[in-house]
Amino acid sequence: MSALTMVRQFGEVLLAIAIAPLFAGWIAQCRAWLQNRSAPPLTQPYRMLRKLFHKDVALATDASPLFRMTPYILFGTMVLAAAIIPSVATDLPFARVADAIALIGLFATARVFLSLAAMDIGTAFGSMGARRDMMIGFLAEPALLMVLFNAFLLSGSTALPSVVEASTAHPFLIDPSLVFAAVAFLMVLLAENARIPIDNPATHLELTMIHEAMVLEYSARHLALVEWSSDLKLFNYACIGFALFLPWGIAARGADGALTLGVAVIALLIKLIVAGAALALIESLSAKLRIFRAPEYLATAFLLAVLGLLVHLLLGA
Amino acid sequence: MATNFMEFQAPRLPANIPTRRLRVDRVQWFQTAESFRKSNARFLTLWGADDRDRDGGFRIYAAYLIPNTVMVVEHFIEDSASPSYPGIAGFYPAALRMQRAVADLLGISTDEADTRGWLRHGGWPESLFPLRRDVDGSQQYPVESAPYPFVPVEGDGVHEIAVGPVHAGTIEPGHFRFTVVGEKVLRLEERLGYTHKGVAKLFENSSQQNGHRLAARVSGDSAVAFSWAYCAALESLTQTVCPARAIILRALALEQERLANHLGDLGALGNDAGFAFGLTQFSRLKEELLRANIVAFGARYLMDYVVPGGVAFDMTPDARRLLLDLYDAMEPSVSQMRSIYDEHAGLQDRFREAGRLEQATAEKLGAIGLVARASGIACDLRVDHPWAPYDLLAPKLVVQTGGDVAARVQVRFDEILESLRLCRLFLSEPPKDAIRTSVPVATSGVLGVGLVEGWRGPVMIALETGPSGGIRRCHAHDPSWQNWPLIEYAILGNIVPDFPLINKSFNLSYSGQDG
Repeated sequence: MSALTMVRQFGEVLLAIAIAPLFAGWIAQCRAWLQNRSAPPLTQPYRMLRKLFHKDVALATDASPLFRMTPYILFGTMVLAAAIIPSVATDLPFARVADAIALIGLFATARVFLSLAAMDIGTAFGSMGARRDMMIGFLAEPALLMVLFNAFLLSGSTALPSVVEASTAHPFLIDPSLVFAAVAFLMVLLAENARIPIDNPATHLELTMIHEAMVLEYSARHLALVEWSSDLKLFNYACIGFALFLPWGIAARGADGALTLGVAVIALLIKLIVAGAALALIESLSAKLRIFRAPEYLATAFLLAVLGLLVHLLLGA
Repeated sequence: MATNFMEFQAPRLPANIPTRRLRVDRVQWFQTAESFRKSNARFLTLWGADDRDRDGGFRIYAAYLIPNTVMVVEHFIEDSASPSYPGIAGFYPAALRMQRAVADLLGISTDEADTRGWLRHGGWPESLFPLRRDVDGSQQYPVESAPYPFVPVEGDGVHEIAVGPVHAGTIEPGHFRFTVVGEKVLRLEERLGYTHKGVAKLFENSSQQNGHRLAARVSGDSAVAFSWAYCAALESLTQTVCPARAIILRALALEQERLANHLGDLGALGNDAGFAFGLTQFSRLKEELLRANIVAFGARYLMDYVVPGGVAFDMTPDARRLLLDLYDAMEPSVSQMRSIYDEHAGLQDRFREAGRLEQATAEKLGAIGLVARASGIACDLRVDHPWAPYDLLAPKLVVQTGGDVAARVQVRFDEILESLRLCRLFLSEPPKDAIRTSVPVATSGVLGVGLVEGWRGPVMIALETGPSGGIRRCHAHDPSWQNWPLIEYAILGNIVPDFPLINKSFNLSYSGQDG
């Protein structure tokens, strides 16, 4: 493992940490435009983080160490996930050790800790949010696995870099099974990141919250880390989506000089801009689902992913 | 006892719509409630007064809406040591909380099983009754809160969720105790009274000429309705005839208030279903209306616009033009938003069947105003008991039969369009005369009533004059009193995350009911 690979690896992680809030800010800006509101500045999430880091922590008297540890664990798992996902280059030492299934495990770990922390304080809202989030999670994870299987079948590997390399080898060949998988993935992305139609990140109604209910008791630097982790999670999901369905521009192994990396970063930014606008559009057009519709919604995602697999097998690609 | 018979016996009371007073004894108090229930009269309000200084006892009043008339039933309670009267909640469940409030404020008890306090949250000693004449209301007491026994529900997997009185959003305080299994609501119990301001006591220190200002502040979103009801009561007591122009301008202000609230609610309902686009569009429409209010009425929210004898601010020809242009621009926008709401599958999925209040339940519990009209009950004071200028206009009665959130949304849309029609009529050729006339001092010790259909429902002021231009007792009634208990029924069988949407579709006043 050369020093250069390590630089690439850490550069990618740092890039993810740095621009994840920007991506969230961009989506917020697009949403505001689509709703005829004047938009907050792109840097709003950074300002929010700065503000929160400067505040003093208000901690519930019943908070256990688990509650205080969780924001760091969340942030750590999301950073680790960013290291595994080939967002700029495929030659990542971390990605060679952990495949996409391990990645799902990472997300699940974060979810378990956040749910435990939510229940730790003992308020009604924390447990309510944790309960709901677990329901969404156990329905979303199989659907996400099915989506990934589509890509694994095409590339013959469970490692994301191999998936990217396999599809960049035939850049203009769109496999029909991937179309189904892409729709399913988008649905899972919205559900997993607590966005409309499953959850509403902007709501003030404590009884309807899922993710927000779990983090109601967090403040100051803890809240900042939780928010930053949420931004990173969304960024990571977007990058998984790019790796699976829009791998153009990602620097492949062996061809990752400074120029190619530069192009890869620019390609990533363009993809984020387009994806952010598309997400904002979807969120602005839809209303929030009644919570018991969520199983139907995620079952549809699962079904679409399975259809993708069937298409792949039937067409014998 | 037939209704007609009582009308003969009952002398008229000064009021803006025909009102009669029936003096009854203890037994008749109970019997009248029973016979009104049988003849499907609507229960309006209940209040008490301390008259020990005058004739040695207390009085309890109840107001009912019977066809063409408002009947105020008055019962004199001679026993001043431990005053009590028979409860009428068995006939009119909505009376229960009002009876509990009367017990808190005046110490007049009933024979109902539920003896818990309602408005007293430990802010004053249990043995003190702030509305009695021997309490001047200026003392401060340490808060001594006692636990409030909510009705317990037991069962496998049943647990409680306590929400409020402090909420995650900036809204009024109220406590909601949900008993749930999973997400399904088995029972909801409300506890209100957190914004009790002692308005009734404050009225006693106010002059007749100034009471409208206090009335307007009972519930800020219904400022015109309350101040008009107050002025109507005072003007009836003094036989003042308002100039025709002032009457038209008052009605215009009332409809503007209705428009502003309905627009705001429709946006908030969209937002609570996760459709933020609706909120921004309706917020814009509401904001344009409020800005026009500054030009036309001198304030965004019409707090002190309606004054005794007329209105405070004349409408200029420019303002008239501005309002007419505003209506022309608003009507197509509202229609467009309505088709967006109607055709949005996700939104309709949230609205339909959510928080259904069946017509039978609504009838039984005494629903009133907008909520009643969404459950198929045709009642609107502007139509049933029209007062000037509505007696000449024949407003269209809006009724929907669904009883769910969707129906309450539709009622709001229909009423916006109807209000726009009325506003245009008001502005088509407003009479050219004065906007205000002087109101003389009313004779002491007379009861007068003002009733106005605000945007939530009937707003009532019962005003009893005091000596030298003062107020002896003034009871301000907000229709939220009747409709708050209905939410406890509308939520049954629904899921917890649908509660905010259902609650918003009622959008009741905390301040108005807390008084």
